[in-house]
Amino acid sequence: MAQVREDRPSSAAAAEEAELVARLRAGDEQAFESLVEAYHGTMLSVARNYVKTRDVAEEVVQEAWVGVLNGLDRFEGRSSLKTWVLSILVNTALTRGGREARSVPFSSLALAGEDEPAVEPERFRPPGAAFAGHWNGYPGDWSSLPAETLEGRETIDVVKAAIETLPDAQRSVIAMRDIAGCSAEEVCETLEVSAGNQRVLLHRARSHVRAALERHLDG
Amino acid sequence: MAESHDHITCQEVVELVTDYLEGALSPDDADLFEQHINFCDGCDWYVDQMRTTVAAVGRVREEDVPPEMRDRLLTAFREWKRK
Repeated sequence: MAQVREDRPSSAAAAEEAELVARLRAGDEQAFESLVEAYHGTMLSVARNYVKTRDVAEEVVQEAWVGVLNGLDRFEGRSSLKTWVLSILVNTALTRGGREARSVPFSSLALAGEDEPAVEPERFRPPGAAFAGHWNGYPGDWSSLPAETLEGRETIDVVKAAIETLPDAQRSVIAMRDIAGCSAEEVCETLEVSAGNQRVLLHRARSHVRAALERHLDG
Repeated sequence: MAESHDHITCQEVVELVTDYLEGALSPDDADLFEQHINFCDGCDWYVDQMRTTVAAVGRVREEDVPPEMRDRLLTAFREWKRK
């Protein structure tokens, strides 16, 4: 069945977040560390859309964390903590601005020149042939693979490497959705992309990672 | 979408799979999609591969906050706490 993600945090998640925010306000260092661990990678991916180098992106992330701490008293829980943190990050990246900021808006940058198919056309029967557009040979049945293979270090490294080579916009979207667990709506809001563009970026990113996994798993 | 709307090809399935998983297909298109994967093992496995991919990406934990960054952030946190 099609899965549709909740766009609003569930009440359990909201309660958990409220508790985390209370601990942060009280100066709980462990709470802060776990928050940093959970969001750092995603924040770095997102920051890299707005600045030219990884070093500057790291500075932006650090600056954003200070902004988060200073703004903590103003956080009211109207959006999720994640969306709030990421919107501070984007604002920090934008106000850092000037020479570092990219002149091309994210949404047009996002979709330019990346129109590759999810699967190479050679793997399907050619137009005009009988059963045109159907598989020449089926892709692998991964449900028969042992969990140790799928969850092993090597496989995770393949996934990480594939994500690393993605264009910035795709990397941000897959990091927010599938690593940080943001909803589609949270991604659209934070990155200011339309729902349709968000899906296109997610599709290309996931398809790219799947292809890398296929090379690794089916050799 | 497919030119003829009574079926979709495997090559179309691999481009529609994310919209399907996101629940973004129209009810008619979702029906065509499901009819296809019910009868085509290759596409059924492909959709399973995409689900497996999503799960695998979810296992990429951002375990490696560089130690210098962690130290700088903790220093910032302690400074903030003192205020």
